[in-house]
Amino acid sequence: MLKDITLGQYFPGDTLAHRLDPRTKLILVVLYIVALFCAKYFWTYALVALVLAVCVRISRVRLKALVRGLKPVLIIITFTAVLNLFYTKGEEPLWQWHFLSIYPEGILAAVFMVLRITLLIMGTFLLTYTTSPIHLTDGMESLMNPLKKIHVPVHELAMMMSIALRFIPTLIEETDKIMSAQKARGADFESGNLLQRAKAMIPLLVPLFISAFRRADELAVAMECRCYHGGEGRTKLHVLHYAARDYAAMVLGLAFAAGIFVLGRMGL
Amino acid sequence: MEPILRVEHLTHTYGSGTPFERSAVQDLSFQVEAGEFLGVIGHTGSGKSTLIQHLNGLLRPTSGHIYLDGTDIWAKPKEIRQVRFQVGLVFQYPEYQLFEETVYRDIAFGPTNMGLTPEQVDRAVREAAAFAGLSEELLDKSPFELSGGQKRRVAIAGVIAMDPKVLILDEPTAGLDPEGRERLLANIRAYHQAKGNTILLVSHSMDEIARNVDRILVLKDAHVLMSGTPREVFARAEELESAGLDVPQVTRIARALRDRGLAIDPAVYTTEELTAALLALKKGGSAVC
Repeated sequence: MLKDITLGQYFPGDTLAHRLDPRTKLILVVLYIVALFCAKYFWTYALVALVLAVCVRISRVRLKALVRGLKPVLIIITFTAVLNLFYTKGEEPLWQWHFLSIYPEGILAAVFMVLRITLLIMGTFLLTYTTSPIHLTDGMESLMNPLKKIHVPVHELAMMMSIALRFIPTLIEETDKIMSAQKARGADFESGNLLQRAKAMIPLLVPLFISAFRRADELAVAMECRCYHGGEGRTKLHVLHYAARDYAAMVLGLAFAAGIFVLGRMGL
Repeated sequence: MEPILRVEHLTHTYGSGTPFERSAVQDLSFQVEAGEFLGVIGHTGSGKSTLIQHLNGLLRPTSGHIYLDGTDIWAKPKEIRQVRFQVGLVFQYPEYQLFEETVYRDIAFGPTNMGLTPEQVDRAVREAAAFAGLSEELLDKSPFELSGGQKRRVAIAGVIAMDPKVLILDEPTAGLDPEGRERLLANIRAYHQAKGNTILLVSHSMDEIARNVDRILVLKDAHVLMSGTPREVFARAEELESAGLDVPQVTRIARALRDRGLAIDPAVYTTEELTAALLALKKGGSAVC
């Protein structure tokens, strides 16, 4: 059950999408999101979806894996769809019942909203599916480097992120173990009302927090033993380099975002 | 007499339908008699942990059956909790599961879940604490103030307090110093004698197993390699070594002595036995190096 969580999962591979510099991919995702929010109507949405489909094809990530990533946000998607459906007002209602009414504009807004969220999540998942967490944080650190001038602790932020990503599977495993141990003593996580269920989480959460703190402590000591003292003067084993394909990808990405922006302005 | 636990053709497959498919236990069958002290031994990845999680219904078999007192434990899946109260399972490093404010309340977690009255819970907690070698004044302390060894005893007491018919201990002495190990095992032996319950001790230390159990079950690559009394098992030292397991140190000495031409039983496994055998040889007047 817990093992189904796909957050930040990486599928190793050797496609163009995997080989691109992580910084390029981060910039491309930002451009993609900008384009997605400039999309106005069927034509532009179709174009964004087509570009995503091409990227998915290049990365050889299975569509099933991308769809599975949507599962946790299904409730949010449904909720926004329903809200848009009922709250967008137009001129002539298609259907009315007491205070509820549906306008054709509402249906369109709901459809576009669902499309927008779905495409947004699929696009960002494609990034984490094709980029290992280490590369991803490396890329972020290097992109945020200029912020060091205004005293943003860029290296520390990146380090925190890679540690957090690293410990997600460990903590999931730990949760599974503690759950089994408490079940062996008759704990019941599956039945009862909301309050009873919340209370049943205590025997799980207390040991989990304690072990998380213990791990953090041990990791801190281990890092200090290896003379970790922040990012200053630290060199990297793998230095990031832009290749020709990165420049090409960025030019294409910029053209794509600009194109969608213009088409969106035209109301397509 | 009906054995207390009967495992028939138990198979458990992880990740079926994916490329990571792997059988952790395969077609496993064995019985545990009531009141028996059984040792379960096997190399890492031999399926020990998977097996014991089936015995109290934490894992559901892919195929095969487990009978507790003659009834299939999955006959009524809704009442699997009743099975967990009767087959107490102490996990590896159980001290990481403590959560309550006081030792007393942590030990009381199991019996309270069983729905006992406060008086019954109180009796169960005090009795379990005594068996686990915890003194009365520790009961009001926070479990997080205790030493590692004491924490482990609290966790074991938490399972004993449910008064299970079968107690399963997964590597109960892992990470303890030799003295703490010996004391904990003495407590477990005393508990076994006082209660007459069935105990399964999972370990990879042959010495520990040899000195405590009536019968040994050896697992290798998801199968039962052999089962029998310690003497029977240690007599097959070559097979054990092929499974990546050692015979007890005393047995190794005895075998080395026999290889050098001494008439000694190569399956002895306690220091006392070896001493007796050596003394007998000396009295007999045969050449002792």
